[in-house]
Amino acid sequence: MSIDWSPLWLSLKVAALSTSVSVVLGVALAWLLARRTFRGRDLLDAGVMLPLVLPPTVLGYYLLVLLGRESALGHLYELVFGQPLVFTWQAAVVAAMFHSLPLLVKWSRAALESVDHNYEWAARSLGASEWRTFWRVSLPLAGRSIAAAAALSFARALGDFGVTIMIAGNIPGQTQTVSVAIYDAVESGNGAVARTLVVVVSLVAVVILTLANRISRPASVEAAQ
Amino acid sequence: MIKARIRKRLGSFTLEAEFEARSGVTVLFGASGAGKTLALDCIAGFRRPDEGRVLLDDAILFDAAARVNVPPQARRCGYVFQNYALFPHMTLRQNLEFAVEPLPRLERHRRVNEMIEKFKLGDAVVRRPAELSGGQKQRGSIARALLASPKLLLLDEPARGLDAPLRADLYEVLRQVRAEFALPIILVTHDLDEGCQLGDEMLIMSQGRIVQSGPPANIVAQPANLDVARLLGQYNLLPAEILQLDPQRGTSVLRVLEHEIPGRYYPGHFKGDRVWLCVRHSSLTARPLEGRLAPDEVPVTLDRVSTRARGVLLEFAEGLAVEAAQADNRKQWVVTFPPAALHVLSK
Repeated sequence: MSIDWSPLWLSLKVAALSTSVSVVLGVALAWLLARRTFRGRDLLDAGVMLPLVLPPTVLGYYLLVLLGRESALGHLYELVFGQPLVFTWQAAVVAAMFHSLPLLVKWSRAALESVDHNYEWAARSLGASEWRTFWRVSLPLAGRSIAAAAALSFARALGDFGVTIMIAGNIPGQTQTVSVAIYDAVESGNGAVARTLVVVVSLVAVVILTLANRISRPASVEAAQ
Repeated sequence: MIKARIRKRLGSFTLEAEFEARSGVTVLFGASGAGKTLALDCIAGFRRPDEGRVLLDDAILFDAAARVNVPPQARRCGYVFQNYALFPHMTLRQNLEFAVEPLPRLERHRRVNEMIEKFKLGDAVVRRPAELSGGQKQRGSIARALLASPKLLLLDEPARGLDAPLRADLYEVLRQVRAEFALPIILVTHDLDEGCQLGDEMLIMSQGRIVQSGPPANIVAQPANLDVARLLGQYNLLPAEILQLDPQRGTSVLRVLEHEIPGRYYPGHFKGDRVWLCVRHSSLTARPLEGRLAPDEVPVTLDRVSTRARGVLLEFAEGLAVEAAQADNRKQWVVTFPPAALHVLSK
């Protein structure tokens, strides 16, 4: 039995990229939702959480319309990068992001909200700007929980199937991520490949879960003091 | 000098306070939930009042009518939090440096070292807050607030949960701050002893309002009304009637506990007024019933004796309590009401 490992490597690459972007975007959104009051906050909150409840195919369809070659955004992308976005591995990154961002925001928001506001107030009363308060106080105090959230969102990004197949497709060696490859293997009666990939993905998931728990535990000990 | 007029609703609670504080310590005294911390938070800019104005020296920090709301960063109000709020992920030195970060390096170093010396923080500065003693945390947080060169220092119950020796240390530090830094200090407390020891001025707060203000000694000597007296909690409050008033001699006769006793002249009251007689536990004296009664003495029945830190408190059946050095278990006693110590409060 020879196994093509490229879907696994692709998935890891896609998850790593999407997590990097998600962390920056997600923490910013989480901070907005946790610490700011502005008009349309509830709407933003709902919008961020929407991918969590929409069927992946529905979400994928929206993205296809939004990012397809006929759309404005699709055109813009093609203009900048010289190639279309949909049905490339970069589209899989977008799919993975939409799959993992809502939970990352949710967890990061909880992490930021768990920071005792007295620390932030103290920083402000000492003259620190909102920016400095965030970087020097809020983020370090929520850091462990956010890192754990990032690890979990990496694991989640690995597992997207529905959105990926809608906007990135199933091109072996190009856009076929591991979850799609498993589906493909089962579909074509290739049980051995499916089993191997399932075991490997499960192992990766367990490792990440353990890691995330490790990262976040000392933080809760600190918080108890 | 700080001048504030604040109205702020928070759920079903309304803060409606107007006060000012000059250089020196102004104690904001009140029961838990009276709105003391909320008042501090409105001054520091952590919470936005619904209405009112806050002036610090000549600067307007907040003015609802003119839509001025200076952010906390620019208010220059030092704030010492109840739990000190030293950043747990930084060493004490980093905490102190945080307050002077905009300054040039050398200046920063000099200012921080000066504070470390002034507040005897020496070896402690390399440690994180979790490894500091209670006293170090407390001095550290005061030093950090002062490093930012505030024009006003706000302290939210800094002595809460400290044992007696640490409390004494804190009072010493606060006296030092008061002597060395010419700025108004507002100290929130619900401990009357603390308020009297530290306060140049005292504001009594009850249910979101300032109900009395003045030097602590004056307030304790003469609570403005029944609420304040109850809040201060060291007075006998007995229903009484003014039977006679003599402005020429400056005397009166009061009926209390079904006895007639001599009192002072009470301006603003009329003969026949029913009032509360307000007299401190420590102003009364008690002796076992023997021999004849003097005019200012009233016979009473001992209910129980409770031990206090200093001496005992004799509690009588008539709802009267008297501080005494020691007690015996006789039932019948006589309490002396010195006319000069008797105040009356309108019903």
